[in-house]
Amino acid sequence: MRIARPLRLLEFRSGSLAPIIVILAVLLVLLTARQPDFLSPPSLMSFLGRSAPIILLAAGQYFVIVSGELDLSVGSLVTAQVVIAARLIDSDPSAGWPVVVLLFAFGIAVGLVNGLVTTRLRVPSFITTLGMFLILVGAVYLWSNGAPKGGLSEEFRRLGRSAFEDVPVLGRIPYALVILLAAAALALVLTRSDFGRTLVAVGGNPRTAELSGVRVWRAKTMAFVLSGLAATLAAVLIGGYSGVSFQAGAGLEFGAITAAVLGGVALGGGRGSVVGAMLGALTLETLFTLMNFYGVSGALKPTVQGAIILFAVAAASFRFPSR
Amino acid sequence: MTVLAVSTLLVLAGCATDEPTTGASSSPSAGTGSGTGEQSKFFVQADYDKQLALLDAAPTGPAGKPWEQALNPAMVETAKFTKSGPYKICFSNAGLNNPWRQVGFKTMQAEVDTHRGRISEFVHVDAEGKDQKQIADINDLLGKGCHALIVSPNTTATLTPAVEAACQKGLPVIVFDRGVDTTCPVTFINPIGGYGFGHVAAEFVTQKMKRGGKVLALRILPGVDVLETRWSAAKVAFDKAGVDVVGVEFTDGDPAKTKKIVNDYIQRYGTIDGVWMDAGAVAGAAVEAFEDAGKPVPPINGEDQLDFLKLWKDKKLTAIAPTYPTYQWRTPIIAALKILDGEQVPNPWKLPQPTITQDNLDEYVDPTMPPLHYAMCGCTDLPGYPRRWK
Repeated sequence: MRIARPLRLLEFRSGSLAPIIVILAVLLVLLTARQPDFLSPPSLMSFLGRSAPIILLAAGQYFVIVSGELDLSVGSLVTAQVVIAARLIDSDPSAGWPVVVLLFAFGIAVGLVNGLVTTRLRVPSFITTLGMFLILVGAVYLWSNGAPKGGLSEEFRRLGRSAFEDVPVLGRIPYALVILLAAAALALVLTRSDFGRTLVAVGGNPRTAELSGVRVWRAKTMAFVLSGLAATLAAVLIGGYSGVSFQAGAGLEFGAITAAVLGGVALGGGRGSVVGAMLGALTLETLFTLMNFYGVSGALKPTVQGAIILFAVAAASFRFPSR
Repeated sequence: MTVLAVSTLLVLAGCATDEPTTGASSSPSAGTGSGTGEQSKFFVQADYDKQLALLDAAPTGPAGKPWEQALNPAMVETAKFTKSGPYKICFSNAGLNNPWRQVGFKTMQAEVDTHRGRISEFVHVDAEGKDQKQIADINDLLGKGCHALIVSPNTTATLTPAVEAACQKGLPVIVFDRGVDTTCPVTFINPIGGYGFGHVAAEFVTQKMKRGGKVLALRILPGVDVLETRWSAAKVAFDKAGVDVVGVEFTDGDPAKTKKIVNDYIQRYGTIDGVWMDAGAVAGAAVEAFEDAGKPVPPINGEDQLDFLKLWKDKKLTAIAPTYPTYQWRTPIIAALKILDGEQVPNPWKLPQPTITQDNLDEYVDPTMPPLHYAMCGCTDLPGYPRRWK
């Protein structure tokens, strides 16, 4: 059974995008029925631009989930990055790029710690990243007293807020969308590389992977680092989009996990695609927009996310009763 | 229609068992209801009437020092608390967990510094926003030989017994900012309050926007009395004027969430003609949402946080800033010294609650102060200004 998995994986992968594309299409039809100009270029561009951070986080979460782990720390990492950026930039226009470099270093460091504690100290990633979540939330609170200091410069905010203007047909293309597409292309290349396939094998069956010479700990640690990088990029875009906030990343980890699961990535690892995870995030955002257009309270969002996670995991176990 | 859509959604999401309620953002009903929903259970008509009357009351006390003034004061005797100084004054603080409280606490410390000859020790304990910690803090302070105890309660009901226990120890207790359900403290100090704030903002938005326009109401979170009273007064004003309130949404005070919500409403309705907010912290994000969507910013209210005032001036917004002034943090120190001298003090001590309008905006915008500073701090004459607040 288990030896046949790589083969089945390929089948699953080619077929796995179908459900999410269908759901997304249905939602888009419902959305345009209610709000015909939703698909008009300006509105669509704005929607894609502000969905970019959660799509990036879903891509990062894909690498961790497919390797058989979970990363609950991404939301708190986003908050920490935004608060750190505000404090270090302190409204100084020239400080933008050096701070961005520093943020990436911090994101990598957090990913490394998550990965090494999980793989070398053998702490379940659920606990590791929950611990990291609490550490980051507490540290940010202590550092800022609950009220972020300093400010983000207009220059820093441009990445998340501005756009290429006067583009033919589309009107304007948010920088965030361009960054997202570039990151998505990179992520896709990565999943097609040896590393990407190794990661899936590690998530599918760590023991087999270990026996066939894969350094499981290294692959998994890399996955956490990628998640940290995705969170950093998301933080730069979120900070740019909405400015400094003590809650910039609150709840994003659940959004990213829901998105990945909705996009066909199996919790527990070994199955799914990064494109699926990203489409999952887009679908989730579309669903929330639809809920708004139909006047459903935003308070239902966590409920919907929870329902999606339960449903997706249950559905997956029905599809693979042997597991 | 809505219910059908919701059910469809939940089938898609894999859950069709519960019939969800449409929640706060229900579509507007015809007639007087105008989309504002049920009145809050925090709404008390008598308090509302009292606060609205106070908006027009002339304060007594020194001109230009609103933190020493009082509205319609009823004085209480304090002779039994007379003691000779210097004093040890203790302060149990609910928390320092937002910029408003940070500005306020710095103002209070500076006020203490002006009385250094008379106050030998000022003990501050931060409850970090936790009821249980504040109850323990107050209990600890009772054994520390304080001459007066100042309390800014974290929540009303839970802290009431702790404050009552402190009163029974015989030391003068001064409560300020949020209240407690007991009359035992010598005085309770705060500005007019939430009804005044919500009413002023709602009246402004109603008058400045086009008739029959759509208003979006943004609230931080439900269940906090100061915020509930702000919203409930706005509801009364909007209902009376028959304003079309198309949404009442909670932002959690988060700018990203605020921007998304406002953006969604702009998309949904094409245009929004007025924005009412129960607190100004995310007013900047709401303004940005209109800018990013290429729409004019409609009449809006924020509060006296400098980032909003600066935005208002720079972008020439149609705006107003009702306040809940941070200068109220000076008053408990002044009250404590008066009480220990045996002088009468007002109880309740209602402070004026000025509004920043287009006419006096320039007096309050100060580009040299940080964006999260509050203009109504009444702190410019205090030692260490402006360094201490930066």
